[in-house]
Amino acid sequence: MWRYMLKRLALSVVTIWFIATATFFGMHAVPGDPLTSDKATSAKIRANLEAKYGLDKPLTTQYLVFLRNLSQGDLGISFTQENRRVNDIIREHFPVSATLGILAVVFAGLGGVLWGALTALYRNRLPDTIIMFLVILGISVPSFVIAAIGQLSLVNLNNLAGTSILPVGGWGTVQHMILPAMVLGLSTMAYLTRLMRSSMLEIVNSDYIRTANAKGLPSTQIFSRHQLPNAVLPVVTVLGPAIASITTGGFVVEIVFAIPGLGRYFVQAVQQLDYTVIMGTTVFFGAFLVFMVIVVDLFYGWIDPRVRLD
Amino acid sequence: MRAADAFTPLAQDQAAAISSRPSLSYWQDAWRRLQQNKRAIFSLYLIIGLLAFTFIGPMIWTVDPSSQDVDQISIAPGADRSAILVKDYEPWYGELSEDFVANDNAVGLTFAVAPSTQSVRLSWQAQGERAAGGYRIYRNLFPITAGRSLGLPLAETQNLYFEDRLDLRPIDYYYSVVALDERGEDSDLVATLSTTVTRVITRREAERRGLLDAAEQVAYGHEFQLKLHPLGTDYLGRDMLSRLMHGARVSLFIGLFAPILYILFGVLYGSVAGFVGGLTDQLMMRFADFVVALPFLLFMILFKVIFGIGPGESGIMPMLVAMVVLLWPAAARLVRGQVLQIREEGYIGASRLLGAKTPYLLLRHMIPNTMGVILVTVTFAVPSAIFTEAFLSFIGMGVAPPTPSWGSMCNEGIKTMLTHPHELIFPALFISVTVLAFNLLGDGLRDALDARMRNRE
Amino acid sequence: MSIAEPHSESSSNDHSSAASALSSAALRQLFIYFGAAIAGCTLLMFALHYLASAFSSDSTTAIAVDPENNSISIYLKEEPPSLNSTVTTDSVSAMVLNHVMEGLLRMSVDDKLEAGIAERWEVTPTHATFWLRDNALWSDGQPITAADFIFSWTTALRPETASEYAFLLYSIKNGRAVNEGAMPAEALGVSAPDPHTLVVELEQPMAFFDKTVVFPTFFPIREDFYNATNGRFGADAHELLFSGPFKLTSWVHGSSLLFEKNPNYWDKERIKLDQINVAYITQDANAAINFFKDGKVAFTTLGAENLIEAQRQGWPIKRNQDGTLFFLEFNHRDERLTRNWNLRRAMQLVLDMDELVYKVTKLPGFKPGVSIFPEWLMGTNAPLREEYPPPQLRLDTAKAREHLALAKEELGLDEWPPIVLLTSDSPVSNIQSEWVQEALKSKLGLTIKIDKQIFKQRLAKMTAGEFDILLAGWGPDYNDPLTFGDLFASWNLNNRGRYMSDENDRLVREAQGSTDTKTRMDAFGKIQHVLFDDVALLPMFERGVTYAVHPQLKGLKRRVIGADTDYTNAYIDTSAGGQ
Repeated sequence: MWRYMLKRLALSVVTIWFIATATFFGMHAVPGDPLTSDKATSAKIRANLEAKYGLDKPLTTQYLVFLRNLSQGDLGISFTQENRRVNDIIREHFPVSATLGILAVVFAGLGGVLWGALTALYRNRLPDTIIMFLVILGISVPSFVIAAIGQLSLVNLNNLAGTSILPVGGWGTVQHMILPAMVLGLSTMAYLTRLMRSSMLEIVNSDYIRTANAKGLPSTQIFSRHQLPNAVLPVVTVLGPAIASITTGGFVVEIVFAIPGLGRYFVQAVQQLDYTVIMGTTVFFGAFLVFMVIVVDLFYGWIDPRVRLD
Repeated sequence: MRAADAFTPLAQDQAAAISSRPSLSYWQDAWRRLQQNKRAIFSLYLIIGLLAFTFIGPMIWTVDPSSQDVDQISIAPGADRSAILVKDYEPWYGELSEDFVANDNAVGLTFAVAPSTQSVRLSWQAQGERAAGGYRIYRNLFPITAGRSLGLPLAETQNLYFEDRLDLRPIDYYYSVVALDERGEDSDLVATLSTTVTRVITRREAERRGLLDAAEQVAYGHEFQLKLHPLGTDYLGRDMLSRLMHGARVSLFIGLFAPILYILFGVLYGSVAGFVGGLTDQLMMRFADFVVALPFLLFMILFKVIFGIGPGESGIMPMLVAMVVLLWPAAARLVRGQVLQIREEGYIGASRLLGAKTPYLLLRHMIPNTMGVILVTVTFAVPSAIFTEAFLSFIGMGVAPPTPSWGSMCNEGIKTMLTHPHELIFPALFISVTVLAFNLLGDGLRDALDARMRNRE
Repeated sequence: MSIAEPHSESSSNDHSSAASALSSAALRQLFIYFGAAIAGCTLLMFALHYLASAFSSDSTTAIAVDPENNSISIYLKEEPPSLNSTVTTDSVSAMVLNHVMEGLLRMSVDDKLEAGIAERWEVTPTHATFWLRDNALWSDGQPITAADFIFSWTTALRPETASEYAFLLYSIKNGRAVNEGAMPAEALGVSAPDPHTLVVELEQPMAFFDKTVVFPTFFPIREDFYNATNGRFGADAHELLFSGPFKLTSWVHGSSLLFEKNPNYWDKERIKLDQINVAYITQDANAAINFFKDGKVAFTTLGAENLIEAQRQGWPIKRNQDGTLFFLEFNHRDERLTRNWNLRRAMQLVLDMDELVYKVTKLPGFKPGVSIFPEWLMGTNAPLREEYPPPQLRLDTAKAREHLALAKEELGLDEWPPIVLLTSDSPVSNIQSEWVQEALKSKLGLTIKIDKQIFKQRLAKMTAGEFDILLAGWGPDYNDPLTFGDLFASWNLNNRGRYMSDENDRLVREAQGSTDTKTRMDAFGKIQHVLFDDVALLPMFERGVTYAVHPQLKGLKRRVIGADTDYTNAYIDTSAGGQ
């Protein structure tokens, strides 16, 4: 077991190194740089800027400097946000995204398993049709439309009620999280519903369920000890990386609801070619993702005794 | 009696027992079951309908998707489209006709000519001396009520006239003119006037829109019917129906092929990784993690540069390749998870003992048993691909304007969601129908291909 | 007989009862689980609530207009990238700085130059002298002295600071030399004969030097405070010292800012508000309107799509020019088709900017472009465009086609190849570029390819000259026509199309060097004609902003130069109706 963990950790470090390197060179290969702005600057001012940020050195030197700083945990200073350390950016904004993301993932996971199990149990009958219709709607409408409609409906509701039922934006209490988390988790919930349904249907057909039934095992135990755990495996496969991406993503939701999360930085950094922020967020996300994948793999082994990890 | 005498063999006087039905192969069985599934058949018809819409539609409805009917911007389906022919526009400097009569309101606010979509000309009079700060003209779409704002401030002027040309539509408008004090603030001297505007068109415009030939003689006041747009127009006056037809090509192409390709690759990759296990599995999955962690937007920009798409050209194939290259890991991981479960099943071991090699096991046993999960992923990848394409086109990475696509039409439509919902509803509807069709088909296929359902029913 | 699965269609009674037993049992189990899950969820929400409040902003208590606390609540479009005035370049940071800092001079409510920290000033051909007030204090109570200005200006010019607006200080003697490292900072032509007098030596005679001093780069910074922040100056609210009407007391990055009235500000009687709460930071225009509708912010900009809703709700709507000019810029380099004058003239004669502004962009406040100088620029005594009317354009499609044919001959082409229009990814440029594309196609038969690029890639292409036509915009740096007038001078790096005209260069130099206002304005008037005749650019429109304000908030000022929204003179008037 420990050998397995050690192997995984070693591989993780290698993976993260690959991610960082590919992103670094990819980033520099893209035309443009963080220092150009709308108003053209003279060659001298431009040279001053490059010297200040160390962009005048050859690329390999910059790469080694980056690696050295990374090994010490220093992700540098943002190009676009003056004097702001990337470590601070991640430290201040990640907990916001994570909090929102956890709630969204919980909604998505619980909702997905519940609706999926329901549609499987009531296959081809009315609850199945209604839920499937909602699922289709949930995935064919893009997230920014859902977010905009959600916020607008809340505003109208507040106006009708005369008071603020839920805040329409901002951050600070759990009420601020409810609507954004639902919007954020909606498409994942729809996907998980379908996955759960599909895997439940397969399991319901399988031999060991029939055997258990024939042996006289109570239905509730069949459900909770056999059907549910086996059906949940694909859900877990998806949830693991989904946690990583939802807690760092949610770009659209963060902008519409004015939430100071990390998701905005991922996209804006690329648009502004803010080198240090791109590298910092990518490495952070990569590490988080790799960690979640390890957790998922361990979970496989726990929930399904047949699976052997070697 | 001897034992041998107690029994006599039966005469063979009847045919051997016949099977209840002819033996079917896996695929024939699956096809049969699919045909019986009503929902799947329905979805097949939907798909055929969509394909017809895409390929045959433009041959029937031949309107150019990029021609801009600027007089009919963002009109809803079925809106009135009559327009009267008038002279070309000339700037107005306050000249009044001889038979002009001022209205009897606080500032004598009157329309100098009959208001039309070409211009609305307001004229008023100074009551005593001119207002110290000039006058401000407001326009409102709704009747003016006390205590509420007068509406949209169009301009401030020191003159006693104003010509409004901003976004005039054939609806009712409520104009107000307010005298301003020295500081430029609204005073209490205000007059309001309302009108219904008529849509007009000039000769030049009529020729440009193909309503009139250059040689034809038509008198002013003749009523034209502007082009019909069955599904309305978008924010630049382009016909929605023809945009949807042309957009279908891009959206369906990317929406179908991108997911199919990357899931195909993901399935093969994931099943090999899950089945082989060990270090190979680890390395393969770590590579998948690597691909996921790369910043999507950055690498799309990079791909665009690498593929050398010229400026303003539609980079559909590079976008397809880029999406396939960056999006396969999710499917791979999912399939690997399934395979890890399935490979311990009894029949795998049995099959192996019978001499089956790995490729056979993968193709014949593992993958068909992961069909459920795969099909769900495919049906979800379709709208996801359509929206990714919309996002990429929006930032310049996919189709170049004016080529439409359903996803980018949704992007544009959301801005006018409240005022002109048809711009959002129609593309969203088509996307929903596509997703519905593929979901139902996916469900049907899943049931049809489920190996465990063989020999039942 | 096999035991049926719950979904089997043809099943006997035994099967269906077994099946329904399974499914009803499963259902019960499922609901028990979900009861537990909901309970778990509630606990989770409490935990998350605790977590969230650790990083909260003040948006929980955001009220658009709060007469009791004499405070208002607003939003910002983005997180201010930099509050270090020596390097600030963007409008959001400039807006924040204009509320917390004051420089030598400032713009009055009537958009005239008025005294700020300096109570009087004098500009001669060689020097500019500013006499500072005795009662001007920093937010920590220390007096503001001339040395503070000298320190901030030299810091801005130091090469290590790498300030992009350092060029504004080149008007000071040796400014350019210091910035290029050729001379030490001490050589800069500024001196303080006494703590309250600042003497600036000009590099060359410059009539409008005083107009440039309102720009944030000229704000003062106190040396000891700057050094004490150890390189973190401007990174947080406590790393700043304030000379203006408000103090920044809280800055939660990406989330909120809080301004409070500065008791040490010399002109504090003028300031009516006690607090400005920036409760939201979002770039989504719809979200801002939703916040406004919900009574959480006192101000919001309006897009064309939201005007109907604004009118329906009866919100007070206002508009103003935002000072920028948008135009089509041509590439005059040798290898580009657009270097041909006939081609440009053909385009000039068919593009109807009235249609673009009145039918397509549909926002009040947008004016069709007619000249390189926007309408709000002042001439000698009256607006520049009144004193020097721009040349009139008469659209003529037939003539345009003639010019096009001529161009084709001159360029030696059989067919017109596609022409590339470089534009950005913003929704507004999207609409404009598509309109231009269609207009040129339907009227002239030209194929335009729209090259949509994200910000940095577009800048890279602009600098490299990889375009035929560029959809460009320019905003003023200071309140003088020269900020637009020198755009097409051959030495100006912002002249991306490399337009070169000796006549234009001569006129620009005249406008730069002369100290006589009339001479300068004459030069600008002529520049208009030169650029029009030569079709160096095609002005598209002068942008305006339409916005809605809470009915009880008065005194809000929108400026063309300086802070685009100025709340320093704002006050709450409870007599006006609520929303």
